[in-house]
Amino acid sequence: MSVPAAAIALPDTPREDRREWLVFLRRLAARRTALFGMLVVGIVVLTALAAPLVSPFDPIAQDLGDQRLKPPAWRDAGGRLHPLGTDHLGRDLLARVIFGARPALLVGFAAVAISGILGLIAGLVSGYFGGRMDDILMRLADIQLAFPFILLAIAVIGVLGPSLTTIIVVIGVSSWVVYARIVRGAVLSLREREFVQAARALGGGDSRVLFRHVLPNVLTPWLVVATLDMARVIVIESALSFLGLGVQPPDPTWGGMLADGRVYITTAWWLATFPGLAILVTVLGINLFGDGLRDTLDPRLKV
Amino acid sequence: MTTYFVRRLLQSLIVLLGVSFVVFFILHLTGDPALVLLPPDASPEDVRRFREAMGFNDPFFVQYGRFLGGALRGDFGQSIRHGESAFHLVAERMPATFELAGAALLLALVLSIPAGIISAVRRNTALDYFSTVVALLGQSMPTFWLGIMLILLFSVQFHLLPSSGRGTLEHLILPAVTLGLFTTARITRLTRSGMLEVLGQDYIRTARAKGVSNPPVVWKHALKNAAIPIVTIVGIELGTLLGGSVITETIFAWPGVGRLSVQAIANRDYPVVQAAVFLLATTFVVVNLLVDIIYTYLDPRIRLR
Repeated sequence: MSVPAAAIALPDTPREDRREWLVFLRRLAARRTALFGMLVVGIVVLTALAAPLVSPFDPIAQDLGDQRLKPPAWRDAGGRLHPLGTDHLGRDLLARVIFGARPALLVGFAAVAISGILGLIAGLVSGYFGGRMDDILMRLADIQLAFPFILLAIAVIGVLGPSLTTIIVVIGVSSWVVYARIVRGAVLSLREREFVQAARALGGGDSRVLFRHVLPNVLTPWLVVATLDMARVIVIESALSFLGLGVQPPDPTWGGMLADGRVYITTAWWLATFPGLAILVTVLGINLFGDGLRDTLDPRLKV
Repeated sequence: MTTYFVRRLLQSLIVLLGVSFVVFFILHLTGDPALVLLPPDASPEDVRRFREAMGFNDPFFVQYGRFLGGALRGDFGQSIRHGESAFHLVAERMPATFELAGAALLLALVLSIPAGIISAVRRNTALDYFSTVVALLGQSMPTFWLGIMLILLFSVQFHLLPSSGRGTLEHLILPAVTLGLFTTARITRLTRSGMLEVLGQDYIRTARAKGVSNPPVVWKHALKNAAIPIVTIVGIELGTLLGGSVITETIFAWPGVGRLSVQAIANRDYPVVQAAVFLLATTFVVVNLLVDIIYTYLDPRIRLR
């Protein structure tokens, strides 16, 4: 029986790819919690990007007159509303919460990118080549994990001086271990799989096998770890700002606002409440999205 | 068996050596430790003399050797602010930190393991949903915010519990809850997923088919196997707790190593910072070594590797 040429032609790859993506998105969206997480993260990202447009006030404009420590939904003399009230310097709290999303997300994305790439490389090398390299890298991972993270971070930032770049680099460089371990584990099992063995038997060099056959298959667990780690990084950024070692005032950060709020805790509960809620909602959204991503992509993954 | 322990012990020693190097290197990050330690207004002459006195002009590895030798004898130099031995200053605060971290860990285990088991056994019931949501919230809540909210509620609003200091059991409650919540959430989720996995195994079905009733299946057959990953994470969570104590102690003015370190960093009192980081990291390494030894009793397969 003859087969028409069209029937055996290779499928149009880009369209296949797109369909695969759509199927994946549909499966992800079918999980209500993941969809909710995705929406929350989307809203936070959009708000951060459009902060000057959506913010009702200038986040660092002070009003030391009669606008200090106003409770939520207070109307000022001009009839303008402070929906979340004002802080001890008369600054609008909502504006500061909105602008505070910027350093949080920026540090989140940038630090995750650094640690993710470092960990990916370490995991690939460690899992694929094994031997001495593997021993050294895994021992380095143990050393890294031995440190109480926040303490090491504040010690280093204390020496280097706090700045946005310092925070990103310090968090990024010291968070590679989770990625390395997950990637290494995946590579170890991939290395024994038929298609990798076949690629090697066909004369594929190390770099070809590693990049063409192994790498695409470790990106799934890597992505799940990166998503969930971003939640952790955002909490750490706020913790550093809370301790005064993050982005410096007057630029608003959620952690810095919490530190202010702690001082006025007996008189102005809203100061500490809202920035904390902003962190909680953002981190919760990322966690829900990350859990959904993991359950959709690879339910057996332990992260 | 013995080879496993010897190898594991050697690994821990190598890790500690690495830890000591990192702790030493913190001061050399900017290239000039004298400028880190001295106040910004020190004259060039002072800086030069200080460098000479501290031996900062010696070759890098000579300085590290000296640091390592000191660290082994518990000598991290004098605290710049307090004028006494940095090691003693930190060691004095260790019991307070251990008390807090221990209480938080105990609280976490007491709450999370039953919660995780119930969640798994009564899957998809209201109880399961409740515990899952609480765990998710607990994992997403920043420690320092939780602490402030607890103070707002229990100290400021209802005057039930003290908001700072150490001494009585009442002083311990809020800090321990604050520090322990994240770990509670983590272990709850791990216990639930571990139990779910084990409960679906063939040998559980066999046990049930043989007529073993529900409680012994859960407690004897399933939990024993689900406990293995829990034991590992307890060791790792200790690191989270020791790190988290930095924030929790600051919020509740708890007189432990974490608060001491935050103050020391603000005062540029780096010998104290170095001693604190080194001692906490050492604690973590030693506890994890012990956890691994316990582990081999639970899972004999490990010893054979």
